[in-house]
Amino acid sequence: MTDKAIYMDNAAATRLDEKVFEAMKPCYFDNYAVATSEFGYSQGLEAREILTEARAKISAFLGAEPDEFIFTSGDTESSNLALKGIAKTLGAKKDSHMIISGIEDFPVLQSAKALEKQGVKVDYLDVDEYGFVNMGRLKELMTDQTILVSVQHGNQEIGTIQDIEAIGALCKEKGVLFHTDATHTFTRVPLDVRKIHADLITVSAHTIHGPKGIGGLYIRKGTPVGKITDGGYQEFNLRAGIENIPGAVGFARAVELVSDEENMRLKSMRDKIIELVSQKIPHVTLNGHPEKRIPQNANITFHYVEGESITLQLDMYGIAVSTGSACFSRSLESSHVIAAIGGDHERAHGSIRFTLGRYNTMEEISYVADKLAKVIADLRKISPLGKTGGM
Amino acid sequence: MAFPYNDTVLKHFRDPQNVGIIENADGKATEGSPACGDMVSVYINVDSETKKITDVKFESYGCASNIATGSIITELAKGKTLEQAKSITWKEASDALGGLPPIKAHCSVLAVEGLRSAIHNYEEKHGLTTNKEATTEEVVRRRLKRVMNPMKGLDMVATDLVKEIEVKDGVVRVVVDLPEDHQFSGTIREEAKERLENLWDVKKVIIEFVK
Repeated sequence: MTDKAIYMDNAAATRLDEKVFEAMKPCYFDNYAVATSEFGYSQGLEAREILTEARAKISAFLGAEPDEFIFTSGDTESSNLALKGIAKTLGAKKDSHMIISGIEDFPVLQSAKALEKQGVKVDYLDVDEYGFVNMGRLKELMTDQTILVSVQHGNQEIGTIQDIEAIGALCKEKGVLFHTDATHTFTRVPLDVRKIHADLITVSAHTIHGPKGIGGLYIRKGTPVGKITDGGYQEFNLRAGIENIPGAVGFARAVELVSDEENMRLKSMRDKIIELVSQKIPHVTLNGHPEKRIPQNANITFHYVEGESITLQLDMYGIAVSTGSACFSRSLESSHVIAAIGGDHERAHGSIRFTLGRYNTMEEISYVADKLAKVIADLRKISPLGKTGGM
Repeated sequence: MAFPYNDTVLKHFRDPQNVGIIENADGKATEGSPACGDMVSVYINVDSETKKITDVKFESYGCASNIATGSIITELAKGKTLEQAKSITWKEASDALGGLPPIKAHCSVLAVEGLRSAIHNYEEKHGLTTNKEATTEEVVRRRLKRVMNPMKGLDMVATDLVKEIEVKDGVVRVVVDLPEDHQFSGTIREEAKERLENLWDVKKVIIEFVK
């Protein structure tokens, strides 16, 4: 094993920023009380203020009012609440209908599948070769029965940024609620609810150097979300359970710490890795759109070789990345995103996702590109494919 | 470090033995395809007198288990007679590697089949094979023994996943004892289909799951 540790799987989890940790600490050791009602004791009232402040910071970042944002345990819970909460209030009619994109991440995808079993009709919107949803088809699919459209802001695997401004406008025009999963764009790509019409937005701290286990859901005033966890009256009676105040404070601090400069830096590292790989390695395909992609994501297919072999070889050099190959996944199924953009099994099989974060450097990008060139060349020597330059 | 692979597997993965092509090989075969995932090509040279494998090489478009199994199975086959080499099982290859994670069985079984198919190819070329047999329930069952149950690392027949087999007018119907929405139903369906679809007298394969 090498002494270098290069982490490029920031879409999965990120290193906590020390400044975030410092902000959270007092909530563990100084005032660890729960947020009480306004008739509670002093520590509880103070805890309540701390929570309110964290909420205000994050909602302001989204251009929202403080009472339009609730904390959850992360993006999975947020998206579950968005879809199931709407189905709970509006889905009573047997033929109620939702439209989601076919490349949503699992929280939205599996929530929709669970709702289908309860009788909600779900249409899965197709995407083009870059991963952009078919707007014409979206228009066609919307009916009087449609209660919700859920299209993500940026894709978890290939990084494609959807035109949610147009989708939001269309939903508004048709009077249909619009949810967007912004787990991979929040703070990285501008998102302001005063400019973009969205009724529900999923966000999470774990992708922006905040703590794991805290996320949130923006809920536009008046959006009829039903409560799906039973218990106390926390979070405007929409999410029962003791508030994760250290998490909320950490999340708010993490949001403050992201800067435009950092996003520009991520983008230049992203472009560099794409450039170096294209220079050094033949037979590669960039998955997603070259420009309309989140600044921290590069996803490249290395033809004629398999992804788990690549990740394991890179791991020996201390490099952590992920792949859309079936051999890497828990279900042994290859990426549904690559399949949806028209990629065959082979394209998913050799796809590698690099997701960058605050602690990556340009030196690391060069190191990774060099090691990749060697690993891919070695694996291609073993491969029966591509020897004559074609399949 | 909790790697899913032991040192022997990693050694064979990093430095696989017998990699390459044998030009004008006496027997050769490719198992799997890029469309379905992993793929392995195996080449053998055979002494026509002793029927021993004098040289064997492989190429792999696959994951670590697939590459490591290709390496070990070619090592095991070298110098063996065709009959001996044919009977090398996935279990023996896996044991020689010091064990593979159960979920990876399906990737590595391909290398074992690649070797068997290369031998079959040699036998066909040299008139050593028997005639085509009609597909029966038994033939289907035998084929399904090559489909691994990712939960157990044993095949789907041995682990009682096959609930029902029906062969009628070239249509094979298999009922798998798992719910349709099971984590592994997709991969089991694809693999079972793949094993049955190329039988010469099979027109259609239907894989069903229990309710």
